[in-house]
Amino acid sequence: MLSRISTYLYRRPVQTLLLLLALPLIWFLVIYLGSLVSLLVNSFFYLDDFTGKVVPEFTLRTYAQLFEPASLDIFFRTTEMAAIVTLASAAISFPLAYYSARFASSRMKTALYILVTLPLWSSYLVRVYSWKLILAQEGIISWFAHVLRLDGLLRWYLSLPVVGGPSLSVSATGVFLVFVYIWLPYMIIPVQTALERVPKSLLEASSDLGATPTQTFWTVLLPLAFPGVIAGSIFTFSLSLGDFIVPSMFGNSSYYIGKAVLSYQGTSGNIPLAAAFTMGPILIMIAYLLIARKLGAFDAL
Amino acid sequence: MSEQTAVLFKSISRHFGEVKAVDSIDLEIRDGEFFSMLGPSGSGKTTCLRMIAGFDRPTSGQILLYGQDVSQLPPYERPVNTVFQDYALFPHMTVGENIAYGLMIKKVPVVERKKRVEAMLDLVRLSGYGERKPAQLSGGQRQRVALARALINHPKVLLLDEPLGALDLKLRQQMQIELKSIQQRVGITFIFVTHDQEEALTMSDRIAVFNLGKIEQVGSPADIYEHPVTSFVAGFVGVSNLVKGDMARRIIGSEQIFSIRPEKIHLDKPDAAQSDDEYAVDGKVRDVVYLGLYTRYLVELGDGGDLVVVEQNLRTTSMDVTRLRGQSVRLLWKKEHIQMMGVENA
Repeated sequence: MLSRISTYLYRRPVQTLLLLLALPLIWFLVIYLGSLVSLLVNSFFYLDDFTGKVVPEFTLRTYAQLFEPASLDIFFRTTEMAAIVTLASAAISFPLAYYSARFASSRMKTALYILVTLPLWSSYLVRVYSWKLILAQEGIISWFAHVLRLDGLLRWYLSLPVVGGPSLSVSATGVFLVFVYIWLPYMIIPVQTALERVPKSLLEASSDLGATPTQTFWTVLLPLAFPGVIAGSIFTFSLSLGDFIVPSMFGNSSYYIGKAVLSYQGTSGNIPLAAAFTMGPILIMIAYLLIARKLGAFDAL
Repeated sequence: MSEQTAVLFKSISRHFGEVKAVDSIDLEIRDGEFFSMLGPSGSGKTTCLRMIAGFDRPTSGQILLYGQDVSQLPPYERPVNTVFQDYALFPHMTVGENIAYGLMIKKVPVVERKKRVEAMLDLVRLSGYGERKPAQLSGGQRQRVALARALINHPKVLLLDEPLGALDLKLRQQMQIELKSIQQRVGITFIFVTHDQEEALTMSDRIAVFNLGKIEQVGSPADIYEHPVTSFVAGFVGVSNLVKGDMARRIIGSEQIFSIRPEKIHLDKPDAAQSDDEYAVDGKVRDVVYLGLYTRYLVELGDGGDLVVVEQNLRTTSMDVTRLRGQSVRLLWKKEHIQMMGVENA
């Protein structure tokens, strides 16, 4: 019986393919794209200010709200934060991934891999709360600063505009630190994979042809590892763009996209505006990927 | 060829933990020569090359490059360039950019860079390929790009690490001739690492035969082939019969080890006459392998010893030679063709 099914499928490659892909396709079409389409549709409706009800009529007035200064401010702040978080993650990941890819023994590599992914084993919320303890006014960092007699430095830093605030946990710096912490594994792993694929002989050849290690980094290593950095940055950038927990728990009252979406659709029941806001990060990501492609990030794929 | 020394090894050792990859080697490579390092894998030849390039540093000893001690210099400060076994072309750059790489690093003006890249492409017969990516080239073409990329920097010494290993036989033979002619044209010292004895014999001015981290013999191809000084060299370079003990006493009258090349032995009828300048031994043909141009015979000498004999098929067909299997024969060779071995290498 089984062999007859095999023979049947062998003769009909198209049906075989359909059978194979049926489940993932249904999942993808209905759940993934379905929710996106419903989002898109909702973003063209609007909220009636008097009745507080959603009016299911096609309109662009919800989108117009995105171009009000308050909304633009949110987009700008969030994109800026996501970009800085991405750059910092890449900068921290690269040396670690390079060590792991080039020099670490296979046991050391496994150990590093586990250490890097270990935080992902526990709940995101628990980890974010633990940072509350680290960054709070009476938290670990201020205690440590006190022990090292650096209270003055910490106070001076917190008094700075933009990055400062009443305490680290209520400042943009706090948001930045927690973001870098939670998204770092998503950057390290693709960068390490990309670095492992760069043959050692290419680095030797570069050095042989007169390039100092710094020159080799810029002309050979980074261009070849760039697809990995881009892959990692897609995670860190998009996750930072959409996250609402970190900005609501840390930082001052200023809004980020995720926090704004949460409050529009939850508190004020303005589903259309929340949907329109969500289109923001999607468009930003598309723009980001197009720029990355222009820079040649996917040439080596 | 001048008599200046290009590379000088002063008791160079390279140990990897317990393993002595290179064990106290002294070596002199002359300016302008095509020098081959020949040996089986793990004999230390590649490690020696990598120490000249600077990818490896000797555990002890000194390497002099035209009189300058380079042992502690990083690769990018040494006036040598390397052609890698896997070519190591930069996949994200075009052929032209690959070749220009060394000049770009040295900040040579773009106009001059272009001119020299064109000249190099011409030298390696790849004109018009400058805009392609390495992935679009064949193995032989990539190899020539790697050569051009190294030569454009006018290195004092060019190092080649088994560069022909990945090519098929026809292409390899063609590249051997081409490499040699390029070397003669540019006049740079070439140091060529290979495990292929034929390749080394074809191209080299001199050869160093490596074994177990030491050099067994240094000499011209003819020297190495005709007068191997150790049994290892006799066995590794070409095929050789090694005769020792009782058998040696029966043939040459003393129990010294000697080697004799298969092609020097003449296979004759059992009653063939022996002249004064010849050695002779009787045996029985155990195996015959017909190889077209020549035939290889395995001749049993009665008490367990064998000799390999090679004869060209000048007047014989495959039918003739196979008929010899099992026949008694007499083997004759000129006395001057045997090579005595040092006893310590037995």
